[in-house]
Amino acid sequence: MSAIGIIFSNIHDRSVSELTRVRTMASIPYGCRYRLIDFALSNMVNAGISTIDVITHYNYQSLMDHIGTGKDWDMARRSGGIKILPPYISAFANNQNELYHTRLEALKSINHFIAGMTEDYVVMADCDVICNIDLSDMINAHIESGAEMTFAVQKKTLTKEVARRNTLMKADETGRIIDISAKPNNFDGEADMCLNIIVASRRYLQQMVLDAIAHDYKSLTKDILIKTLDRRIYKIYRYEGYSAEISSLEEYYAHSMALLADPDKYDSLFNIEERPIFTKVRNSPPTYYSETSDVKNSLIADGCIIDGTVENCILFRGVRVGKGAVVKNSILFQDTFVGDNVSLNCVISDKNVVIHEGITLSGAPTLPFYLEKRKMI
Amino acid sequence: MYRKKECIAMLLAGGQGSRLYALTEKTAKPAVPFGGKYRIIDFPMSNCVNSGIDTVGVLTQYQPLVLNEYIGNGEPWDLDRTRGGVMVLPPYQGKSSSDWYRGTANAIYQNINFIERYSPEYTLILSGDHIYKMDYNKMLKAHKQNGADCTIAVLKVPMEEASRFGILNTNEDGSIYEFEEKPKKPKSNNASMGIYIFNTKALIEYLKADEADESSSNDFGKNIIPAMLADGKKMYAYLFEGYWKDVGTIESLWEANMDLLGRNPAFNLYDKRWRIFYRNNAEPPHKIGSMGKVVNSMLTEGCVVNGEVVNSVLSNSVKVEEGACVKDCVIFGNVTIKKGAKVEYAIIDHDCVIEENATVGASREAGNKIAVLGAGYVVEAGATVEPGAMCEAKK
Repeated sequence: MSAIGIIFSNIHDRSVSELTRVRTMASIPYGCRYRLIDFALSNMVNAGISTIDVITHYNYQSLMDHIGTGKDWDMARRSGGIKILPPYISAFANNQNELYHTRLEALKSINHFIAGMTEDYVVMADCDVICNIDLSDMINAHIESGAEMTFAVQKKTLTKEVARRNTLMKADETGRIIDISAKPNNFDGEADMCLNIIVASRRYLQQMVLDAIAHDYKSLTKDILIKTLDRRIYKIYRYEGYSAEISSLEEYYAHSMALLADPDKYDSLFNIEERPIFTKVRNSPPTYYSETSDVKNSLIADGCIIDGTVENCILFRGVRVGKGAVVKNSILFQDTFVGDNVSLNCVISDKNVVIHEGITLSGAPTLPFYLEKRKMI
Repeated sequence: MYRKKECIAMLLAGGQGSRLYALTEKTAKPAVPFGGKYRIIDFPMSNCVNSGIDTVGVLTQYQPLVLNEYIGNGEPWDLDRTRGGVMVLPPYQGKSSSDWYRGTANAIYQNINFIERYSPEYTLILSGDHIYKMDYNKMLKAHKQNGADCTIAVLKVPMEEASRFGILNTNEDGSIYEFEEKPKKPKSNNASMGIYIFNTKALIEYLKADEADESSSNDFGKNIIPAMLADGKKMYAYLFEGYWKDVGTIESLWEANMDLLGRNPAFNLYDKRWRIFYRNNAEPPHKIGSMGKVVNSMLTEGCVVNGEVVNSVLSNSVKVEEGACVKDCVIFGNVTIKKGAKVEYAIIDHDCVIEENATVGASREAGNKIAVLGAGYVVEAGATVEPGAMCEAKK
């Protein structure tokens, strides 16, 4: 089996606009020390995929900084490795310089790369679904089933609101997809929700992208999948583990807090023996808890110094919590500085935020108080 | 094609560290974990990198597997270079002779070829068993200013302890007129730190002469330095001020770990201008449960604490279950301390398991000694390990 990976770093950026103002969806920090792309990348690396293309669109500086040479994923390779594909602006064709919006348009924009692929299978993933999936099992299922494309799905009970932003897939007993509803307006109940992790046979994908260019198709689901369900074999692959879809700041907050509330969810992301999640190494010292610290039920990265009280929190690397400060139900990104006697509740602070002595800030779980990057209070 | 380097470092990392007993049964001393995330060798290695020295030969001999694996291609220290970088130098078989390293000087002698490849003007000799942050570049600058043949870094130690060290007696300008190895009646308290900068030409000349002398014990302190002094070479002491700790014994290793704790620690790891680099495990963040209590301690990735941790340094993935209590301890990676177990004043090597309600060690305040558990040791449920005990690693 030989497979190549494609990661879409900007898809659905708009849904968490607060966090993506200065970064891609892929580089949203999550879980103390990770970025969302780490899950997609690690899943691929753990399946033995050694060539990964990351398609970007805008705001990709932080992503480039995060990935670097790829060595933290063991992907600094002479052949293969990670390659970031920024938007391609051709010099003499003004009318063709529109940036893509959909997955299919993104694929069309890297047609030259796709045409040159030699691996048998192509694995594609977005970054807004967090999960630790055994992709080699999925690839094997794809090979055995002889399908042209296989879609990872998860059976979930959906509210109308969640259904409205997702693609639902209906399969027969063999797992072949017989119906797809893209973002249905009026559906609730149990359904197989597409996780936007796709395994495609390379030749099929190449042909599909050429077709899409020739016919100016825009949407993978609407213009291709739905129209070819009777002719082509598309299968589902049911994923049983934990998955979290980040589609708003509230959900980002809820899914982060779930790591604290539910150890099983945490373990199914981070504690699978054969499938660690890799991330950029920042070389922080350990975290120091002083005599005056009081920390309960929290996830804490390295490099923090804690003098205050921390409860139900997620602290990223290098956070400082001053004496007498009380931080509850909050998510503090890298290098947030919390001064003495500060009181925080339901706050999300972006990188390098400084909160001076004595300040009190509070949000609610359904409306966390968000502090943008480098804010000083 | 080897480009000429101004100064390269030779790091002596072959020591057994026999006074660390169970901790060095399967690991060379420089690879012994320290401060939760590090190994002892990270300190001289990071010092080199931070001082702008990009070519480091690491001389290994005793139990090199863990050390070799740890150093790898040198990537964590940015020493994976096309020209230079880190190179592990084990003893080797030659055409006419093959030999283990018979002493510090002999180890360097056997690697003269390595040094000559880079034809450095200066060669820095380091050892891999001290915890300190030092700018070797400043020392090199002093060496050049003095026009010295050899500069030795020294540290002021308390006079009453001076007889445990190699003592350098100096003139007012810092030039050395006498070297005494562990003198009974020390004339000064300038203790040698085992850090030397040599003019490479002089170094090679004296190494060759030393090798030819069959009565020599091939040691820098005992042979090379006295020989150079006797010949009237220009030798200078370079005074180092700052934290420096020899972690060659169980007690000093424990103390050095404790020196990291406190809001103004004796040894500060949080200085961004002098970072200590290490090889990372890529483990998830650590977690304090709702029953956990952590006071004056250092934790790192992968730890899960639901019990009490006081005045301790924990390495990666240490689990402290409910009702368990860890006090005054240094705990290496992947150790599990189960419900109700008590661990006090101890060094616990990696992969040990302390079963439910077991007791290891006893109160430090009461004058007990440090208990040590070797790698993979299992303390059965309800069992007791006495203070001062030395439990050997699992075979």
